[in-house]
Amino acid sequence: MNNRNTRILIYGFGNPGRQDDGLGVMLSEEIEKWSASKGLTTIQTDSNYQLNLEDAAGISGYDLVIFADASGEDINDIFVDELKPSAAVEFTMHAVSPAFILHLCTQVYGHAPEAYLMHIKGYEWEFMAEMTGNARKNLEIAINWIKNFLLEKLK
Amino acid sequence: MGQKITIEPVTRVEGHGKVTIHLNNEGKIEQTRLHIVEFRGFERFVQGRPYWEMPVLVQRLCGICPVSHHLAAAKALDVIVGAGTGEGLTPTGEKMRRLMHYGQMFQSHSLHFFHLASPDLLFGIDSDPVKRNIIGVVLQHKDLAVQGVMMRKYGQEVIKATAGKKIHGTGAIPGGINKHLSEEERDYLLHGDDYMNIDRMISWSQDALEFFKEYHKKNVAIIDSFAEFPSSYLSLVRKDGALDLYHGVLRAVDSEGKKILHDVDYQDYGRYIDEEVRTWSYMKFPYLKEIGKQNGWYTVGPLARMNTADYIDTPLAQKEFEAFRNYNGGKPSNRPMHAHWARLIEILHSAEKIKLLLNDSDLMEGELVTKGTKKFEGVGLIEAPRGTLFHHFKIGENDMITMANLIVSTTNNNQPMNEAVNQVAVRVMTGKKEITEGMLNAVEVAIRAYDPCLSCATHALGKMPLEFEIYDADHNLIERKFKD
Repeated sequence: MNNRNTRILIYGFGNPGRQDDGLGVMLSEEIEKWSASKGLTTIQTDSNYQLNLEDAAGISGYDLVIFADASGEDINDIFVDELKPSAAVEFTMHAVSPAFILHLCTQVYGHAPEAYLMHIKGYEWEFMAEMTGNARKNLEIAINWIKNFLLEKLK
Repeated sequence: MGQKITIEPVTRVEGHGKVTIHLNNEGKIEQTRLHIVEFRGFERFVQGRPYWEMPVLVQRLCGICPVSHHLAAAKALDVIVGAGTGEGLTPTGEKMRRLMHYGQMFQSHSLHFFHLASPDLLFGIDSDPVKRNIIGVVLQHKDLAVQGVMMRKYGQEVIKATAGKKIHGTGAIPGGINKHLSEEERDYLLHGDDYMNIDRMISWSQDALEFFKEYHKKNVAIIDSFAEFPSSYLSLVRKDGALDLYHGVLRAVDSEGKKILHDVDYQDYGRYIDEEVRTWSYMKFPYLKEIGKQNGWYTVGPLARMNTADYIDTPLAQKEFEAFRNYNGGKPSNRPMHAHWARLIEILHSAEKIKLLLNDSDLMEGELVTKGTKKFEGVGLIEAPRGTLFHHFKIGENDMITMANLIVSTTNNNQPMNEAVNQVAVRVMTGKKEITEGMLNAVEVAIRAYDPCLSCATHALGKMPLEFEIYDADHNLIERKFKD
């Protein structure tokens, strides 16, 4: 397949009404604007509060998916890891992990896209819509990383 | 030496839940409690914000059932903008909101049945936890799993078409709705291909009910006797007694079916319902004032709605309702596992309602908003998937919120969940030397029947530990287990 035809989905999840928890959603919105301005029609975006069963159907039609979420983990700014399907039982099953979605997609549809999870460091999670300054810096880093990654993929 | 066993948090339940089971030296259970960290700060947070922000702002509370909060807040603000309660909206306003609500009910209940409940039913409560999940369902019952995925997706598409978008939907506004349903949206939901059409959803809803009823026949003891205990039940019903998930009057019945709250106007809920604070729990305990704190607690949710309603106004669901009521001798079912049955009847009812609404031209034309004389206080109630949800707001002269009180479904179910947990713990653990994973899951199954949602919607990576802690009678930690 020609790389230029690679079907790509950027899927940010989180709650933009909870400060830095919305980092993934903001990333998705920024990439949507950028891809439209560049005429990169094979790049689609999606977002939601959290992932759930139906997302297995949603990702099944793509070749490459990058999930993005805010992270409270001990990382500097962003961290990207390649996802492998995982059947691990989740703590909370009203929402599921990207690896679980990947596994469900494989089991139901017989295939799953190449997938990555971008962790974007966040700091505050209160009821406010405004992100923290440090989170905004990390968002910029994340946006630039994704742009470069996608342009490489589409060469 | 006695032991205190802590299950924290509870798996397949959103948010932070903890069960403490206190055993004495003989291995008998002295006390079982469900602890839930309820987030109350929101009511303080919204004070000083303009009232018209509420339907969007309240979605910050919960990423699991944002539509329920969105609609309950909008209903409270209908009163404040002078649009009345329920009946005051334009036909388009009310029907678009109902469509949104039935979409939410359909997708939420589908998630619960296919993802949370079916693994326990298909594989057994004490089966291997590696298999006892949706992946296990896919491997052995692929058709069922595919149906679960697509029913969730369909419900989400209904929400998107009515609320405008998946995150922070804006569809419901004080006094009405902000959009019509487009012809394209209607046709997609009515006749979409690749399973995405309402006739397929109705058919699958019926299949799920048949699946449950077959299981019930073969597993009567689990469905009928597991965690059984007498309870009162509360919900909205339509003025004529019909099941109504969007609007109505408040009715409560006792465990024998006698009315103990007589179809009252929920604007006056404060006259009938109060909340008790107990020292050991972060979450309050609502009760009916007339009955009192000790015995006035009640159950809400699908089981409660089947127990309070007189009938259902859609034919397929009505037939199932009659079977449900007949099975229980015409009296309320006091069997928590019957909540799964009730939930499936509501899935079917919601699908039937969606079809009726999609064929109603009021959704595509007509006035969107009603206006009237402003008031300074409003209450909005809705039957959320997990039960009755209360939103109560007061505003000042400058239109800013001065008071907010929210009673969420899971809070209403606080005492019954504690009762269920205790019933099961006593039954499966008394006298046992070793506490097995199967026993712990049995306790969780009892909780899951209520589908509690404890979400604060913040779910950032790395913020969700899962652990078991076991303490002795002197509060020394003797064992800790983590679930991955």
